[in-house]
Amino acid sequence: MSAKITREDVAHVAALARLDVTDDELDRFTKQLDAILEHAASVEALDIDGVKPTYHPLPLVNVFRDDVVRPSIERDAVLSQAPEAEDGRFRVTRILDAE
Amino acid sequence: MTDAITSKTAAELAGDFRDGTLSASEIVDAHLDRIEALNPELNAFLYIDADRARRRAADLDAVRAAGNEAGALAGVPIGLKDLLCTEGIPTTAGSKILKGWRPPYDATVVSRLEAQGAISLGKLNMDEFAMGSSNENSAYGSVKNPWDTSKVPGGSSGGSAAAVAAGMVPLALGSDTGGSIRQPAALCGVVGVKPTYGRVSRYGVIAFASSLDQIGPFGRTVADAAFMLEAIWGYDHFDSTSIEEPPTPVGSVLDDGVQGLRVGVISELANTEGLQPEVAAALQRSAGQLAAAGAIVDEVSVPSIEYGLSAYYLIAPAEASSNLARYDGIRYGLRVEGPDTAATNRLTRAAGFGDEVKRRIMLGTYALSAGYYDAFYGKAQQVRTLIIDDFARAYERFDVLLSPTSPTTAFGLGDKVDDPLAMYLSDVCTIATNLAGAPAMSVPVGKDAHGLPIGMQILAPALGERPMFQAGAALEAAASFNAAEKTGGAL
Amino acid sequence: MTIAEATTVIDGWEPVIGLEVHVELKTATKMFCGCRNEFGGAPNTHICPVCLGLPGSLPVLNRQAVEFAMRVGYALNLNIPERSVFHRKNYFYPDMPKDFQTSQYDEPITEDGWIDIEGVRIGIERAHLEEDTGKSTHVGTSGRIHGAEYSLIDYNRAGVPLLEIVSRPDIRSAAQARAYVAELRAVLFAIGVSDVKMEEGSMRVDANISVRPVGRERFGTRAEIKNMNSLRSLERAVDYEIRRQITELESGGTIVQETRHWNEDDGRTHSMRSKEGADDYRYFPEPDLVPVAPSLSWREEVAAQMPELPAQRRARLVERWGISADDADVLVAVAGLADYAESAVDAGADPVEVTKWVTGDLLGRANESGLSPAEWKVTPHYLTETLALVADGTLSRNLAKTVLDKVWESGDAPSVVVDREGMAQVSDSDELGGLVDALLAEHPDDVVRYREGDEKSQKKLLGFFMGQLMKQTRGQGNPGVLNQLLRDKLNGA
Repeated sequence: MSAKITREDVAHVAALARLDVTDDELDRFTKQLDAILEHAASVEALDIDGVKPTYHPLPLVNVFRDDVVRPSIERDAVLSQAPEAEDGRFRVTRILDAE
Repeated sequence: MTDAITSKTAAELAGDFRDGTLSASEIVDAHLDRIEALNPELNAFLYIDADRARRRAADLDAVRAAGNEAGALAGVPIGLKDLLCTEGIPTTAGSKILKGWRPPYDATVVSRLEAQGAISLGKLNMDEFAMGSSNENSAYGSVKNPWDTSKVPGGSSGGSAAAVAAGMVPLALGSDTGGSIRQPAALCGVVGVKPTYGRVSRYGVIAFASSLDQIGPFGRTVADAAFMLEAIWGYDHFDSTSIEEPPTPVGSVLDDGVQGLRVGVISELANTEGLQPEVAAALQRSAGQLAAAGAIVDEVSVPSIEYGLSAYYLIAPAEASSNLARYDGIRYGLRVEGPDTAATNRLTRAAGFGDEVKRRIMLGTYALSAGYYDAFYGKAQQVRTLIIDDFARAYERFDVLLSPTSPTTAFGLGDKVDDPLAMYLSDVCTIATNLAGAPAMSVPVGKDAHGLPIGMQILAPALGERPMFQAGAALEAAASFNAAEKTGGAL
Repeated sequence: MTIAEATTVIDGWEPVIGLEVHVELKTATKMFCGCRNEFGGAPNTHICPVCLGLPGSLPVLNRQAVEFAMRVGYALNLNIPERSVFHRKNYFYPDMPKDFQTSQYDEPITEDGWIDIEGVRIGIERAHLEEDTGKSTHVGTSGRIHGAEYSLIDYNRAGVPLLEIVSRPDIRSAAQARAYVAELRAVLFAIGVSDVKMEEGSMRVDANISVRPVGRERFGTRAEIKNMNSLRSLERAVDYEIRRQITELESGGTIVQETRHWNEDDGRTHSMRSKEGADDYRYFPEPDLVPVAPSLSWREEVAAQMPELPAQRRARLVERWGISADDADVLVAVAGLADYAESAVDAGADPVEVTKWVTGDLLGRANESGLSPAEWKVTPHYLTETLALVADGTLSRNLAKTVLDKVWESGDAPSVVVDREGMAQVSDSDELGGLVDALLAEHPDDVVRYREGDEKSQKKLLGFFMGQLMKQTRGQGNPGVLNQLLRDKLNGA
């Protein structure tokens, strides 16, 4: 956890998060993230071996809905908010990276 | 006349409407006038919903004239933090990336308030996606603190706190992920409540960190905060993390006093680094006042609380990095067109998000990425367990805990913008509550040498809203904080 | 050749195949919202804030989807752990409204099971719940994703519940891969959790394929093959890919870990443009959902309601109906066919006859038309009625075939068709006797040849006479009666 975050790391996470960053931003973000992570590293002082992680503050289980159809919303209410729409669908530029 | 109306509490306004002393239209007009007068300087409202509010007021007046029941909050103006979805009304979450977006649906809490006759006057400014402690991260300009317009109002619900403090609305909703209701409440001298996680529906609340976010009220009195909380809380089947057991009302315990109530002063926060001496003194004074009122007050240690900040700044950004992925320029909001869809995503997000949001997205992405998950996200969730366990131990001996809400009073606009870590440290007192999913509230108890408000935080175990409000009301009564003595130029 | 023997070893190379099968669950609504789960529909009409991933929306899990997953668990011998959680799988994709997929990761709803296919046990690592994506249409010159000018997205399918069934790498040939998927399909159909239509995409199969020298334990580098939309294309694609990898390795090349697209037209797999950056899905527990912890009573209820599985049904049909294992395979393998046949038998028809007609004539027509048994105009009841007409001598087998042809087209009852077309069989001895006499009178030489001939030529001449008589009666003469009359008269009785 004490390893420093590098400029390359920041460029990598920016790519994963689909954020275009300039060289200046990379420098700045690297410095800032490093300071934050260094502070976060303070938890290393804690003895937490074997401590169960808490992902959620509530101990709830089995919350379901019944399989009953509810009305959908008006297509126009959504498509009117889209940057671009055509033929009842959302229009986007070419998709290059096919799943 | 106008100020006579806008200085009333929500409970008074509801009573005036009910008994015919004031019409809803009079109430709404008075508040809209005040918003119009003050908002250019304070920048608390991002969207003023005047026409719709006047129509709603006229409708409510007609309902009352016909002798019909108009709801517990009938005639009471409210403001909504701009991350609450409002059907057909712009909702931005303080971000450029959602500029102009009009949601096709209402948040559950918005529907509930409207169903009980509350009238929304508009949407309140906030740090972008609720990430910030000063409101300086809003894409639409900072909110100014009504007590001193050179100071920040706190964040992220700075618009909500400022609007209530300035009498623009008697009640407002905010959201609290790491202190975003309590810290601005403290800095603006109002009451702010972060309920137990799961008590208030998150459906229609634009997410920052899903396991921490919780909606809560701002009011100028503890009673008003209770009034609004009781209107919004309770089970919602559209939120899987909603608590099914009905809540027990808190309005009825406000006069119960604190005789025999066990109050623990958190020693780690009573001596935290950077604590303003006047805040430290206020804490001792508050503890003394509660003791004088019959409470059993003692110190208590919650050792892991200091690690809360570290855990929080891994967990919240991790969840945020995922919650904010959807702002990709395809279905709504901003789009900056690129040669292909991936480029459109990158350009849109680069242009639409501010620096703080980008920082947290990258931080969270890093914390979740391959090879780092265990060291960061996993470990942070273990710390969370320690904090919950430490609190549980403290609550074996105490009913509620006491600490400052913020280590300092309102700081200057621009003071911390270049140092994100310093900004994060201003949340040191509030964060652990969110990690534990517990409730906490901030009550104004005094002022520093510059006349800036000091807030005291009352913490309670999960579902412990009743003792929390009991202590809050007692503290409010003992402190006799005077909200009218604002020194700010705007007022 | 049995499935067990159907392992492919080529020049000392052995394939190792694992399959990931995605099936859309047949719930009424989507996984996390009340929008209709329905194939087709005008674009973006089954959408809401939740399945569109609008800011502020939250998921609530469909109980039926969980129950279907549990049913699959029981059918595939999977364990259903005490606790199961949903994770977010984070990656950007325009068809995926939240830019993460709600899926399951290290705590799936079911794990560690198996399925037997003719004595070969294929391990199943897990079957987990996840949500489907929307669909984009690529507009431009080629209609394909590459070279498209722009795309249009329909989110009707976004949020439809999927079950991903992941096999262990136990499959050793294309034929086994096909048999595994066929059996899986039969099981999923039988337990009523999915339409399992590969052509419509309600069942999708991806294959992880590698090859290794026989005897080596370590796996080779694998490629993931996508885009196979029928059992046939699955078998072809797997077979092609095995051979491609062996050829590549034999010529000194290496296998790249990648995703390859099966192209039905040229019969090859093609490397797809790889995704930007390495895959790093940053899984973490979905904070907007709570764990699933099926109670004992719920498990027992689901287990008690399990319908008969294909293997049990095959065994029962062979035993009770006296049909062959191959026929039972066909009945059970084709979705809805065994139900159809059982309805006809329940209505009183002879099981062997029903099986003969159903697996023969009717299935042939069904394959041409693409209709499922439930959609046939020849209902089980009409088949039963037709077979009764054969049994009582009203129709010959040939006439019955003609009647069913007409019922298949018109949907009219067999009795109506027989009446309308005047197709009833003629069995009257006097009437038919006259025809026989006339025919024999016309062919005196043949009659002599018959009477002097050996068994073989007699049989041939009998066939000739029968053919003539059937022609004259336009197929309506009762062949049994005619045959008897002919023999009697030819033998001079």
